[in-house]
Amino acid sequence: MRWGELIRRLVLVPPTLFGVAVIVFVLLRIVPGDPIAMMIPPGASEADIGRLRALYGLDQPILQQFATWLGQVASGDFGRSISVRQNVLELLLARLPATIELALVATIIAVLLGVVAALVGILLRGRRAEWVVDGGIGVLLAIPDFLWALILLLLFGVLIPLLPISGRVDPEIDLNLHSNFFLIESILTGHFDIAFALLHHMILPALALALPFAALVARLLKASLAESEDQDYAQVARARGYSRPSILLHEVFPNALIPTVALGGVQVTLLLGGTVLVERIFSYEGIGNMAIDAVINRDFPLIQGLVLAFAVMFIALNLLVDLVVTMLDPRLRHG
Amino acid sequence: MADIAIAALAAPPSRLLAGLRRSGPRLWIGAVLVALLMLAAIFAPVFAPHDPLEQDLMSAQLPPAWMTGGDHTYLLGTDSLGRCVLSRLIYSARTAVMVALIAATLAALIGVALGLFAGSFGGWVDQSISRLIDVWMAFPPVLLSIVLAAVIGAGLTSVIAAIVVVDWTRFARVIRAETMVQLTRDYAAAAQVIGLSRARLLRLEILPNLVPLLVTLLAVEMGIAILVEVILSFVGISVAGDTPTWGSMIAEGRQIVYQAPWIMALPIVCIITSVIGLNLFGDGLRLALDPVQRS
Repeated sequence: MRWGELIRRLVLVPPTLFGVAVIVFVLLRIVPGDPIAMMIPPGASEADIGRLRALYGLDQPILQQFATWLGQVASGDFGRSISVRQNVLELLLARLPATIELALVATIIAVLLGVVAALVGILLRGRRAEWVVDGGIGVLLAIPDFLWALILLLLFGVLIPLLPISGRVDPEIDLNLHSNFFLIESILTGHFDIAFALLHHMILPALALALPFAALVARLLKASLAESEDQDYAQVARARGYSRPSILLHEVFPNALIPTVALGGVQVTLLLGGTVLVERIFSYEGIGNMAIDAVINRDFPLIQGLVLAFAVMFIALNLLVDLVVTMLDPRLRHG
Repeated sequence: MADIAIAALAAPPSRLLAGLRRSGPRLWIGAVLVALLMLAAIFAPVFAPHDPLEQDLMSAQLPPAWMTGGDHTYLLGTDSLGRCVLSRLIYSARTAVMVALIAATLAALIGVALGLFAGSFGGWVDQSISRLIDVWMAFPPVLLSIVLAAVIGAGLTSVIAAIVVVDWTRFARVIRAETMVQLTRDYAAAAQVIGLSRARLLRLEILPNLVPLLVTLLAVEMGIAILVEVILSFVGISVAGDTPTWGSMIAEGRQIVYQAPWIMALPIVCIITSVIGLNLFGDGLRLALDPVQRS
């Protein structure tokens, strides 16, 4: 990925977003089901229904609805949620930090676990114990995050009740924070007791999200470590008498990192998508949990806002990964 | 050229055997697990000791028979309405297998058609199909299937439709790339030299070479379809309320997880066994069938 290519990708972002917007809008309009029917009390008159329809712009022709909606979205107005009756953007901004923090903690856990597993695996290379590491990685990879969520909930929430299984923080804790980035803000301002309470709640859902991703990181990194170790420069270093762990850490690891970030980085989007169910399972108050409620209530404005929010995060992540790869790889840096 | 073709035709049986040996225990473990799942699904009325919907409120939330307080007529215990957990698990397998078979096949049909098309025509056809796949994959798949199932409405058909609409890209992407690779091979060039039309080339030469890949993709996709069905029924937007599904059992179990953890644990065990079985089976088949992996 050269800089020019990166710019080309950046230019492609608006059309992709537009495509996403069109698909979401069309999808939600062509299917049967009336959101107004869900919000009217029984016995509402035709005139009342008509007024509600006009209030949410559902009486306009579909193209005009789309144009209006797109214009509003472009100016930061995502409309009003039908089920919660609040501004969609405000709802998103209130809940989004919870999801971002969860995904961030999960990614950190996954990278740490994955790197350690890969290094252990490569040190055991060729021995029988390598099979144990590979097998473990295979099992972690085969079971998706939401099943890990259920398994962890049963194991460490119920059978051995070590950790809480619902919510973002205990209700009796007085947070008194300014932003909705509870964890980041409490760490930055030195409120470590609050940060600890938040992490206490976050650890099970984050671990559930992290396990399959850690396995993926481990598999990718181990494969490219093995490949790099067989290259001439590593052999030469070995011949000159450097120890194997030292070569692995100082020579091989930096080179093996590039393909791992390139291939694995994109998969962070999967982790982000996984938050939807994991948040649901742990009653965690992020946008994933909200998305399921929005769908069940056929809350069109909220669904559209949420899907767009997810799409923006996906695209941003992809670009970020490309950027990191470009900066890591000396050949591409000067390309 | 003809010699090569004849040799290739003659080789399969012995090569297949070698492949089966090479794929090792993976294929066999997978095959046994998949067979168990299929048997449970097909013969659900035979295996299930009770009607999965029959309520017995006098014996609600019984633990499995081997635990204290268990009842031997309810081998795996009962749920909060006194329904037999074992019977519900078996009937849920039926729903899961049905969804998996139909959804994976349909997704494969669409994905293979578009993938072949994009991979063999190239140019603007390839460009537009690839772009479509890109935009499609910009959605979180889980969220997209939840949205789809919710807007189409509850029911088996909508679950299947949601899976097909989301997952055809998995087939399309891989088949497109593999078609391109196969078209650069000598045999494809040879077929074009002897004047095979593009349609016949694709049907007679390329498609048979895609079969190993396709079988693996199908097995993996069935596993994914089972998981999506579980997700949708867990969220509560899958089949009608009285059809037993693993996902709805998990959702019910989550409510009383402190009182009766086995209600949530047992369907999870079933799901994991099925998905791992399908993955092993697919992996094993690929090793057994794919000439490149084999050598």
